Amino acid sequence: MNPDNYLILSALLFTIGAVGFTLRRNAIVAFMCVELMLNAANLALVTFSKVHGRLDGQVFAFFVMVVAAAEVVVGLAIIISIFRTRRSASVDDANLLKY
Amino acid sequence: MITLVTGADVAFWMLAPVMLLAALGVVLARKPVHAALCLAVVMICLAVQYAALDAPFLFAVQIIVYTGAILMLFLFVVMLVGVDMSDSVVETIKGQRALAVVAGIAFAALLIVAIGNAVTAPPVGLEQANNDFGGNVQGLAGLIFHRYVFAFEFTSGLLITAALGAMVLAHRERLTARKTQRDLLAERMQRYAKDGIHPGPLPTPGVFARHNAVDTPALLPDGTPAETSVSATLAARGQVIAADDLTLPTQEKLRAITSNDPGESAPGLKKEDGQ
Repeated sequence: MNPDNYLILSALLFTIGAVGFTLRRNAIVAFMCVELMLNAANLALVTFSKVHGRLDGQVFAFFVMVVAAAEVVVGLAIIISIFRTRRSASVDDANLLKY
Repeated sequence: MITLVTGADVAFWMLAPVMLLAALGVVLARKPVHAALCLAVVMICLAVQYAALDAPFLFAVQIIVYTGAILMLFLFVVMLVGVDMSDSVVETIKGQRALAVVAGIAFAALLIVAIGNAVTAPPVGLEQANNDFGGNVQGLAGLIFHRYVFAFEFTSGLLITAALGAMVLAHRERLTARKTQRDLLAERMQRYAKDGIHPGPLPTPGVFARHNAVDTPALLPDGTPAETSVSATLAARGQVIAADDLTLPTQEKLRAITSNDPGESAPGLKKEDGQ
């Protein structure tokens, strides 16, 4: 199996995630797009692990998963606390530090 | 013998389009719940790709951590924040959407061209690396607990910090003292004394000859429906059945009976309503 196919799939997934992050206003959906980008990076890491015949890539993917889990926990807690105070999960509404 | 199509090939070409469509679904879905479900599809397909890429440990971890834990967390937050909360379609920055799509396409083209130039050598494969320690999981353990042991320890600190941070952020300080049973009782009696609000429980929904669900209002002694006997939520949704519709068939039946048998007087309608 040509590893290029996996890498192209990974690149496309990453792009879709990045575009989604710029397009969506809902904080939760924007967060999901970040997860999509992290997953795409993981796919690239695992593919490179196979290309080079070493397991380091898989270890990195594992660490990315751990960091993603921690990031999701804190991020969703922030979304919840913003929603509690402002009654909205839109990223446009949290602009108090702007002025 | 050279196999032309391997299992990994089949898995890739069957699942890659599904993954791309589901990823587009994450971006384009109006409701956050649909986006989360599309993300689940992407993650499960990705787990299968890991299995095809000789990473059985990551296959299991992907399903357990991502699909099991992270997506459930997303769904819980969607539940808390509101399922039907949809995105605003107003553009804050003018032309942002078109620019984002153009930039995305350019970025994808750049990445794909770069990949086409970067990877030329055939893949080495993981048989050697996996067999060094006697398996994929053992090989990963050998790396994590040897070369990357400090990174591994730091991730444990990260996880603890994240758990604490989530608790601190989601915690809400109670500003007033909790009301006791006695306080609640005193409040209820005060409401009765001032506004005449009945201190006892609310009346139950009505029981009619043909209908006794929670959307049927009970009838007061004067025949009017009691507003408090049905849930305010149902009333707001307009799902309460009008009491007249329920008494009408009974009344017609009674009229038919009494007209056939004029000697006997009709029994009271209220008895049929069975309050």
